[in-house]
Amino acid sequence: MKNLKITILIVLILCTYQNFAQQTPAPEQKTGISIEGAVAHLGNGEVIENSLIMFENGKLTFVGSANARIARTGTVIDAKGKHVYPGFIATCTSLGLIEVDAVRATNDKAEIGDITPHVRSLIAYNAESRVVESMRPNGVLLGQVSPKGGTISGTSSVMQFDAWNWEDAAVKVDDGIHLNWPESFKQGRWWLGEDRAYKPNKDYPEETAKIENFLKSAKAYSKGKETKNNQAYGATQGLFQGTQKLYVYADGEKEILDAVTALKNIGVKHIVLVGGYDAHKITEFLKQHQVSVLVRAPHNLPKHEDDDYDLPYRLPKILSDAGLLVAIQNIDAMNFQNRNLPFYAGQIAQQGMSPEKALEMITSNPAKILGIDQTYGTLEVGKSATLFISEGDALDMRTNRLTKAFIDGRDISLETHQTQLWKRYMGKYEGK
Amino acid sequence: MKMRFFALAIMWCSVSLFAQEYFPKNDGVKAEDLNYTALTNAKIYVTPTKVIDNATLLIHKGKVVEVGKSVNLPQNTVSIDLNGKFIYPSFIDVYSDFGIEQPKRASGGRRTAQYEPSREGFYWNDHIMPENKAIGVFKYDDKKAEELRKAGFGTVNTHIHDGIARGTGALIALNGKGSDADRILDDKSAQYFSLKRSVLKSQSYPSSLMGSLALLRQMYFDADWYAKGNIETKDRSLESLNANKNLVQIFEAGDKNHVLRAHKIGKTFNIPYVILTGGNEYENITDIKATNAKLIVPINFPKAYDVSNPFQAQFISLKDMRLWNQAPSNPKVLEENEITFSLTLHDLKSPGEFKDKLATAIEYGLSKATALKALTTVPAAILGKSEEIGTLQNGSQANFLITSGDIFDKGTVLFENWVQGQQHIINDKELKDIRGNYELSAGGNNYTLSISGEPGKPKAEIKEGEDKRSSSLSYDNSWVALTFHNKEGDKIYRMSGKVNPDSDDISGRLILPNGSETTFTAKKTSSFSEKPKNNKQDKTPVVQPVTYPNVGYGYASRPKQETILFKNATVWTSEEAGILEATDVLINNGKISKIGKNLSTRGATVIDATGKHLTAGIIDEHSHIALLSVNESGQNSTAEVKMEDVVDSEHIGIYRNLAGGVTSAQLLHGSANPIGGRSAIIKLKWGASADEMIYDNSPKFIKFALGENVKQSNWSSFSRFPQSRMGVEQMFINYFQRAKEYDLKKKSGQAYRVDEEMETLAEILNGERFISCHSYVQSEINMLIKVAEKFDFTINTFTHILEGYKLADKMKEHGVGASTFSDWWAYKYEVNDAIPYNAAIMQSQGVTVALNSDDAEMSRRLNQEAAKTVKYGGMTELEAWKMVTINPAKLLHLDDKVGSIKEGKDADIVLWSHNPLSVYSKAEKTLIEGAVYFDLEKDKQQREAIKAEKAKLINLMLEEKNKGKATQAPKKSEKEEFHCDSL
Repeated sequence: MKNLKITILIVLILCTYQNFAQQTPAPEQKTGISIEGAVAHLGNGEVIENSLIMFENGKLTFVGSANARIARTGTVIDAKGKHVYPGFIATCTSLGLIEVDAVRATNDKAEIGDITPHVRSLIAYNAESRVVESMRPNGVLLGQVSPKGGTISGTSSVMQFDAWNWEDAAVKVDDGIHLNWPESFKQGRWWLGEDRAYKPNKDYPEETAKIENFLKSAKAYSKGKETKNNQAYGATQGLFQGTQKLYVYADGEKEILDAVTALKNIGVKHIVLVGGYDAHKITEFLKQHQVSVLVRAPHNLPKHEDDDYDLPYRLPKILSDAGLLVAIQNIDAMNFQNRNLPFYAGQIAQQGMSPEKALEMITSNPAKILGIDQTYGTLEVGKSATLFISEGDALDMRTNRLTKAFIDGRDISLETHQTQLWKRYMGKYEGK
Repeated sequence: MKMRFFALAIMWCSVSLFAQEYFPKNDGVKAEDLNYTALTNAKIYVTPTKVIDNATLLIHKGKVVEVGKSVNLPQNTVSIDLNGKFIYPSFIDVYSDFGIEQPKRASGGRRTAQYEPSREGFYWNDHIMPENKAIGVFKYDDKKAEELRKAGFGTVNTHIHDGIARGTGALIALNGKGSDADRILDDKSAQYFSLKRSVLKSQSYPSSLMGSLALLRQMYFDADWYAKGNIETKDRSLESLNANKNLVQIFEAGDKNHVLRAHKIGKTFNIPYVILTGGNEYENITDIKATNAKLIVPINFPKAYDVSNPFQAQFISLKDMRLWNQAPSNPKVLEENEITFSLTLHDLKSPGEFKDKLATAIEYGLSKATALKALTTVPAAILGKSEEIGTLQNGSQANFLITSGDIFDKGTVLFENWVQGQQHIINDKELKDIRGNYELSAGGNNYTLSISGEPGKPKAEIKEGEDKRSSSLSYDNSWVALTFHNKEGDKIYRMSGKVNPDSDDISGRLILPNGSETTFTAKKTSSFSEKPKNNKQDKTPVVQPVTYPNVGYGYASRPKQETILFKNATVWTSEEAGILEATDVLINNGKISKIGKNLSTRGATVIDATGKHLTAGIIDEHSHIALLSVNESGQNSTAEVKMEDVVDSEHIGIYRNLAGGVTSAQLLHGSANPIGGRSAIIKLKWGASADEMIYDNSPKFIKFALGENVKQSNWSSFSRFPQSRMGVEQMFINYFQRAKEYDLKKKSGQAYRVDEEMETLAEILNGERFISCHSYVQSEINMLIKVAEKFDFTINTFTHILEGYKLADKMKEHGVGASTFSDWWAYKYEVNDAIPYNAAIMQSQGVTVALNSDDAEMSRRLNQEAAKTVKYGGMTELEAWKMVTINPAKLLHLDDKVGSIKEGKDADIVLWSHNPLSVYSKAEKTLIEGAVYFDLEKDKQQREAIKAEKAKLINLMLEEKNKGKATQAPKKSEKEEFHCDSL
């Protein structure tokens, strides 16, 4: 009987360990915290060499020099020689919507149907995802979670990465709608035996007209007196009122020009371009229409054989130098790669952009684009204490080593399924 | 109904002019025509080099009797005076599908994979069909024959274009008046092969190019074994293959590098293949020439792209633009290099295109003499039929063309195409050329009439004063019919008249609009003269120079070894010496010749490396760049296939990898099968040929795989063994046991059937070949170690090995190395426990660890991947750097040559802007064996050059379009970027 109990206990522990490994979310901040002596990277381009950062009740109460003669609140963390950053923000991710790419049962990132703005990522978000948890030790603490697939994929929300459930996790609910703009030049359906080559897409005008017609109807719907509910139309109203952004996925020059012109004409208030491979050819146009860009992460191959080998590395810099508001997404990579977000910024700095400017592309810029900049994205008094301490430069993989991380002032765990396995097996070898 | 059939049968017989003597005749009396035919007063090309003016060609019973200036004509000769016209031997196409309905892929969706053959009593693989006979399915196609004759062809060699071994062809004379009894010159003219699987058969193997090549090799081994009487069962395929081995062996290859691939097989088995090419041999003419193979060359030069829409034009690669620009020069380049080739209609939409394409080839520098040879004597010689066809020497088939002049001139008219002594009229040679300007009087008015166009198809223009009148003209059988409208366009004047051979004027009947009849006369005032073409004719076409490779970023010449002194660098040796500050490194003769301080600069190019870092080139243990295919998934074991067969030396991934500091890579087979194919280990010598990239005396490797991919878990496949990890073990044991038995038999000196798969596995057992095994979870890793130990060998490398950290101790004990990803996981179930600390843990337990890419993007920044081990697991920078240099070199048994900066090693070196592990670091120069293959400065120039060349070619293409020439829609060719599981 006793043995059975032990067995059950072991089984339970193992199950817990194997399947419900998410770290326990941290409790709300109860005592104040002061981080002293670190190099603070504020996320807005500024750096404070010997900094003092204090926060209480989840809010930053002081951001300044450690030389300031001011009382340190609560627990003081000596961070001399270390670096402090605002939590990094990933955009357009499928985090929490898919766990294991090859296992269909874990995939909730796309719905069938071509135009499904009403499907919401929010409620499918798995707060206990191991992949989400693995973001944190690299400093990625927030992210936009968006549906994929179809033409109008659905509605995204912005989440923080330490939560009991999706309601806890939500930072901004239903922030935007995601639209895959059709391609005017399309690859052959090689899986059906067609040539792999890209050729002009004859259906392009039809495909774009379909989108325009839908949005026009959706807009008219709000003005009608009909009470009959149309979920798809209803879901897009924020686009015309300016409370939601339209994330338009397009890479080609023609596609971008077509999309922005058509969507502005229809009355979509805020457009964010996602992808934008050719955006560098039309930066003036994009500025004129106040389109910000979520650019493809630099760790991607050039799209065309003759393109500069480093075009993907440089593209974010080119767009930023031209005066556009730019942040980074990595929709072309697998989910887990979102933890490499800081190194994408590092790669851009490699191309000659100042590291602080590159940092903005994963902090203040995405916060502005997602519309959470009142609270997140920079280290400024009054904003959320969502930040971390790294032993060194967090944009460089050698020195991105987190010792502490906070979301809304909560002292979150930096352990993960992966660190646990690491410790467990090192323990095996070291006889612990 | 019956009657009709009977009537047809009679007609059929009656057209056969050389009726077989023993055939009964019931529709009349038997009669034989034994007259001779003489064509006199002609310029006769007896052969392309023997031309006789004012000569006579005497033929009898379909053959040439005599040709010459003074030929004795027998009494019963019918003479035809050619008045100075030209006679050529008619053309021959060695690579035709004439009269054979070509197999088409069965429609319908993809079925489950079929691993077994569908036939009995034949070779085990359905795509090997040497027993096929073209003659068995041949059916003379009158319409096609006419088209071919119009294009100048008199004989074609046809076969069934399907499968890898395709059986025999048939040589057919395009005699429209005889019967098959006359036309079939040879019903077993050649034996055919290709690299393409049958479109009719569904057997899975081979699914890849390297599989096709391996299958061909094994087929020959098996045929030999069969011929020696060692196989007791019946194999009609091998019997046919052996029976036909003395015929001409023709191989459809295509692309220039496929030509080399085909030739390599031919060389192995001592078969001098005649090879059908793809028309881009000029890109690698040196290697093509070195094959010494006779070639069959298509002239389907690509059309210009329609680049009028700039959004679309940007999708076209420089490579594709160049192909349009350069391909027409291919025949010229072949000629310059003295390569024996024949031209073929193959790949052209219709024979009608041939004339224009050939004219283009000549415009681009192909000589007329070589063109004629390539269409007559060379194809005849290829087929071993020089005595019968291709010339007009005595005794040859009377297959010849009568033309108005030089056959390759644009304005020349082909009058007649005689096949087997039978006249086929294409254009009426007696037709008087009525082109010219006339004064026309009709119905009391005077008009000017000008007739232009082709002599057989003239066009008319009628003017009254300066007013043009709409008109039409037909000219047939020496009769002219001409109509024109009145000024208002509502009334019509009709004229018809017979052309008088003795007069230039034309006259005849005129019917007025009111129906009354009178006469017209047209008095010739001047003859027709071709409008002088605006000096376009003289303009030699602009052909862009070929680069190495002939794609964007290709070099004008291949990089050469240099003597270079790097001064004052921070040198990461990847050796005991660690990191040396302010150190000089001298590169000479492709080797690292000296490392030290203040080295002498004599004769060396000095590069100031102050503040910069110098390292050995990165080695990627697991790469799939530069390959034409990656998985042979048609069987669960494919040890017989070689990645060396499918290296793609023109893949842009090579250049991009150089830009990331990579100098060597193991190109692995994919992970579709427990036993995969043999690796190609290459140096990324951008611009060299595939064979030059492969290491000399390369260590021998093979890919194995475990887990989800080999049991096909992630796609709908339930028929192939193994479907579980349990089955994987049993499969390995089975194959190794068989290989052991094979090897024992071989070593015992007994006769044995050569089996490439078993040879390869025996090499593993004998410690001559090393396994790099795709692996994820610990159970299967442990299993393979135990299987290897059972068969007394060591696994060399576990690649991926994401759960290696769970059994690093066992790995160490076995002596296997690890090549892993830095931080990949979560993409499939078996990587659930993959952790980025893996490399550090394994290394801490004494396992040799490398970091690899398996990805054309990640391989460009393996330095950063190495740096991640500093973050995950706290590796030192020194050890981290070894994971992409000396450690993979050790795993690949190349550490005596590369992987570190050490005197005497190959100068495979990278100069970095910063600490190479830093995310801020860029490769500035990448050298292989002392030659600079990547340089940031050169790269800048290349970008400009690509831009300029594209602009130039786009302008040329626009000109082409404006000239009204046909264009094709823009497209972007796409090479697949491979990973392990790409099928």
